[in-house]
Amino acid sequence: MTSAISAAVTTRGARLDRPQSYWTLAARRFLRHRVAVAGLAVLAAIAAMAVLAGVLAPHNPTAIDATAFRAAPSAVHPLGTDSVGRDVLSRLVYASRVSLSVGLLAVTMYVVIGTAVGAAAAYHGGTVDLVLSRLMDIVLSFPPLIIILFAVSVFGRPSLWNVILVLGLLGWPPVARLVRGQVLALRQQEFVHAARAMGAGDVRLILRHLLPNAMAPVLVAATFGTANAILIEAALSFLGLGVQPPTPSWGNMLTDAQSLTVLEQMPWLWVPPGFMILLSVLVINFVGDGLRDALDPSLKL
Amino acid sequence: MAAGTSDDVILEVRNLRKYFPITKGFIFQRQVGAVKAVDDVSFFIRKGETLGLVGESGCGKTTTGRVILRLMEPSAGEAYFEGRNIFALNKEELRRMRRNMQIIFQDPYSSLNPRMTVGDIIGEPLEIHNLARGKEKVRRVQELLEVVGLSPYHANRYPHEFSGGQRQRIGIARALAVNPKLIICDEPVSALDVSIQAQVLNLLEELQKEFGLTYLFIAHDLSVVKHISDRIAVMYLGKIVEIATADELFANPQHPYTEALLSAVPIPDPGMRRERIILPGDVPSPVNPPQGCRFHTRCLYARESCKVNDQQLIDVGGGHYVACEVLPFRHQRSRAAVLKAPTA
Repeated sequence: MTSAISAAVTTRGARLDRPQSYWTLAARRFLRHRVAVAGLAVLAAIAAMAVLAGVLAPHNPTAIDATAFRAAPSAVHPLGTDSVGRDVLSRLVYASRVSLSVGLLAVTMYVVIGTAVGAAAAYHGGTVDLVLSRLMDIVLSFPPLIIILFAVSVFGRPSLWNVILVLGLLGWPPVARLVRGQVLALRQQEFVHAARAMGAGDVRLILRHLLPNAMAPVLVAATFGTANAILIEAALSFLGLGVQPPTPSWGNMLTDAQSLTVLEQMPWLWVPPGFMILLSVLVINFVGDGLRDALDPSLKL
Repeated sequence: MAAGTSDDVILEVRNLRKYFPITKGFIFQRQVGAVKAVDDVSFFIRKGETLGLVGESGCGKTTTGRVILRLMEPSAGEAYFEGRNIFALNKEELRRMRRNMQIIFQDPYSSLNPRMTVGDIIGEPLEIHNLARGKEKVRRVQELLEVVGLSPYHANRYPHEFSGGQRQRIGIARALAVNPKLIICDEPVSALDVSIQAQVLNLLEELQKEFGLTYLFIAHDLSVVKHISDRIAVMYLGKIVEIATADELFANPQHPYTEALLSAVPIPDPGMRRERIILPGDVPSPVNPPQGCRFHTRCLYARESCKVNDQQLIDVGGGHYVACEVLPFRHQRSRAAVLKAPTA
């Protein structure tokens, strides 16, 4: 006990001379959040799996083994094969690329749009704010699934990029609202007046003073948004509107589970992709919780 | 005030007004009124002088300071800095003008960007005006930190690692970075502990001597203002009601409002007693200020004519200006009698 205290004191003493930036303090708070740290570790593992899919997968994910259709797990196919004889484990590994890229790209896209729109609305105010705020309301009222159906009919065939584009182009209003609220509050802070009094231009004000102070809740929202995008992609692919076979995605791998025979007798076809969806969404939400607590203890989302 | 045209005047404000519109309606907004935060204010400041601007909360003193710096656009009026009208400058001219005028804020907590190091905060004006880069900037920041009584190694720290008084020093260093001629001090010590207040005031005085600064010192604490100011302007409900040198104002207040304010200053001697003048009622709303003299609703000397006549500042001698048509013309004796009379 005593040694623990003295250890804490020395580490704190050692830190005294180092500047404590907002981010180092936040990182320290995050590291105290065990569930979030565990979540981050699992998420890192999933990300590593996506990057190293070519090395980790035992087979080509689209190669057909004509000798094994819906084969049970074996030494050659550790998680069995699907209805057309493709290796489930290999498909599972490659599918993580789809899920993570949908999550990251769609969310990056709507965070960029939302931040720009929200900052513009709050910074300029007046008519600009009025028009942009009503635009947020309008976009928010579009049902994403219907728009995706529409996009599929316009672009000819369903694809990964349709899903990313539609999610990215429709997802920004909540982020814009968040940024707008933050910037509206920050604009009244004296350090912003000080920056204007010293002659800072619009770009410097927004990029150096307003946005850095507004981004913490956006980062949290983006994390939760990533989990949500992964879920939507899985649902769309399951329905046949997202990623098309033979490209593997956790969602379209579940399509096989529509048959009762598969559900009852071939769990290797649906349990692994189902588990991966659950796991990735869960760990991302854990990380989001940790970030929320670390970045702004008073923030409620 | 004719003195405004002479050479040693650094800033002259003429007929400054700032009205904030009150609008109704959702999309089609119409103006239903205006908060007259600053209503026809004129004054000047001489080079190297400190002009104190006092008044209670909401009287428009902060708005006056912010409009002069064009942190807000004025509704009407002119402000001449070394002969150039600040309100007529275009964007680029204004940006260059900002090197001459800086501001120190009241709240040491919200006046520093929490995401920037102290070095970046103080260095930012140098960057904006291309005054110093790289090593030169670092050296200049360290120099500024020493000037305000902090250590050069503080440059790498973040604002939250400092106390209120230290943070106020950082704000002062930031204002000094561009070598300004005029600094608007917007209640710079109001948020600080009394013991720290004196340190910061002394620092401001030292800096004024060292760099030949001119201050517009906004505050509501009369003892603070008396300590630092050469002249004092008293504001009430958007208007200046009295301007005089600090000693003259305290010894010989000519406006009933000033008189009441001064009677509220505590005397640091428990044996001394002074009759407090308690003003009846509250400050009227600046949306709908009283007709005639704005102070007549609370004034102990008000006459019928005060409800009609709008009071202008008149010279009662020696650069002492008052916007009152009653008190300055009373005999000194009768005013003393009022002061001693028991108050209701």
